[in-house]
Amino acid sequence: MRLPTALRGGVFVVLLVTLPMVGLQHWFLNLLVFVLMYATMSSAWNLVGGFAGYPSLGHAGFFGIGAYTIALIFKGHVLTSGYEPFLLLPLVGLVGALIGWPIALVSMRTRADVFAIVTITFLFVVQTLAFNLHGLTGGSQGASLPIAPFPAATFELPFYYVMAALLVLTMGLTFATMRSKVGLSLVSIRADEDKARGVGVRTTGVKVLAFSVSVGITAMVGAVWAYYQSFIYPQFAIDPLVTIAIVLMTFLGGRGTLWGPVLGAVILESGQQLLTYQLGAVQLYLIVYAFLFLVIILLLPRGILPTIEDRLRMRRRRRRTDASAARPGDRTPQNQSDSAPLLGGGAS
Amino acid sequence: MHALIQGVILGILTGGVYALMASGQTLIFGIMKVVNLAQGAMVIMAAYLAYELFTRFGVDPFLAIPLTTVLMFGFGVLVELIFLRPLRRDDKSELSLLVTFAVALLIEGTLSVTWGTTYRSINATYANSSWTLWGYQITVVRIWAFVLSLGALGILFWILNRTRFGRAVRATVQNPESARLLGVEAQWVSALGFGLGAATAAAAGSVYGLLYPFYPGSHYDLISRLLSIVVLGGLGSVGGAVIAAVIVSTSSAIVAATISPAWSEMTFFVILILVLLIRPQGLFGNVDRGAI
Repeated sequence: MRLPTALRGGVFVVLLVTLPMVGLQHWFLNLLVFVLMYATMSSAWNLVGGFAGYPSLGHAGFFGIGAYTIALIFKGHVLTSGYEPFLLLPLVGLVGALIGWPIALVSMRTRADVFAIVTITFLFVVQTLAFNLHGLTGGSQGASLPIAPFPAATFELPFYYVMAALLVLTMGLTFATMRSKVGLSLVSIRADEDKARGVGVRTTGVKVLAFSVSVGITAMVGAVWAYYQSFIYPQFAIDPLVTIAIVLMTFLGGRGTLWGPVLGAVILESGQQLLTYQLGAVQLYLIVYAFLFLVIILLLPRGILPTIEDRLRMRRRRRRTDASAARPGDRTPQNQSDSAPLLGGGAS
Repeated sequence: MHALIQGVILGILTGGVYALMASGQTLIFGIMKVVNLAQGAMVIMAAYLAYELFTRFGVDPFLAIPLTTVLMFGFGVLVELIFLRPLRRDDKSELSLLVTFAVALLIEGTLSVTWGTTYRSINATYANSSWTLWGYQITVVRIWAFVLSLGALGILFWILNRTRFGRAVRATVQNPESARLLGVEAQWVSALGFGLGAATAAAAGSVYGLLYPFYPGSHYDLISRLLSIVVLGGLGSVGGAVIAAVIVSTSSAIVAATISPAWSEMTFFVILILVLLIRPQGLFGNVDRGAI
């Protein structure tokens, strides 16, 4: 049973909108905000890490850039409605994308491994800058944002809806990419970049574009997070663990799929919150997290959705061969439509 | 000028230690095409081992090195066998990044649970004594650290160039398929090579523990520096890593001495970005051998 994608998307949006209306507790809404935050960032990472096969480990740097951008804009301001930071999100996204552009131009001269190294060092550059540029960021003392003047009873709601909107935007972009020439170009880069360039794919332009869009979205998420926290420190705003969480979620759900990163974020972020709640001590939590991490990669290297889809396809094919074995002579080559789709998992 | 020369001396001496750590990491990449993000964590782990041996049994960190290298060698072989071997070949390079990062987290978590998250340092009797040469102060520990690093690097080069195992390693680095065809057991070369990388981390860890205070999270600082060094030297080139380590730590010490210690960290990255712009394969990397 496969629902048409439009219907699935519609159901998802309705679910997102109605979920907070059933009178949820504060802790649960807070959890949802974080799940949506990671879902959005994983989906954005998926554009460059999943489709183009460039595993960026520097996205948390752009998260921090977004957080500090919004903190700088609203330094010393008093908010009236509380929605002003949200209105300026596109500007933050633009800043992120503009910083990402030259970074991508330089770092994407390298391939997978080296690219990962370069981007992770970028992350540490941003962190060092955040610590050292006292005038802009407040250094290790942190930077404060105006506190959102929302009523305490529904404080999380505006953040929830903005994160949800960002997620829908990102998934819409992903869907559009998968349906377009850009998506095909990205996948061809992942498969074999030299051959792709040889047959006329504009590899540099496409991958740099994907990177800029991806980090722009990440910066916007960072800005919303900063406003939600209302006080940010360099070590939390630019955290290697955030990068790794994003990557892991995408890998768990399935790289290069539309729903995989969201699924991964839902599973891992709720699991993570539960773990920190249960285990308390940060250290034990690190060990459990690392084990979980290793188990996921060793047992499900391709992610949940592609694995399930493979199983389903195999079963369908087996059933069909059983059926055709029962009626010898009727050998239509039906299997062709079943060969693995180029854009991993099609619209799943 | 005085501060500058003092910086250069300090940089070269520190460069030796970084060269040791980075040579292990670049060796692992050369053999397995795996960027080992756990190298820094293994250094810190070895530093804790040396710390424990020193505080509990009074073993000098330098004398503890044979023991810690053997332990860490075994640890490295185990990590390769359990976590890296099962990865499928086609996406090994991407997945191994994640796996080694997870190993780093595992080490960090275990160290935090065992020793807590406060800073520790190994206070050997000679930790604070120093010599003065023509007005330049040099701490004894740094000299010993430098000599020891050179010694360990010498042993590493000897293993690579003079033993059967070393020849197998170099063959695998140059061309894995041909090496396999000629009877090199690539699987074992990988496991032992990872162990060898961990062993260099162990030797460097003892020294690092003597030179700097450390806590389980220190590996983040280390790994970012190590990555810059190995990319600068050219991934997979041990000689390149040694030269890059000296270049990078000298320039960072100069920045620390002349501008501000807070910005010395940035030197690593500025150099890295310049290298990528001018020579993306690094100083001694080959374009056609997968380094890029």
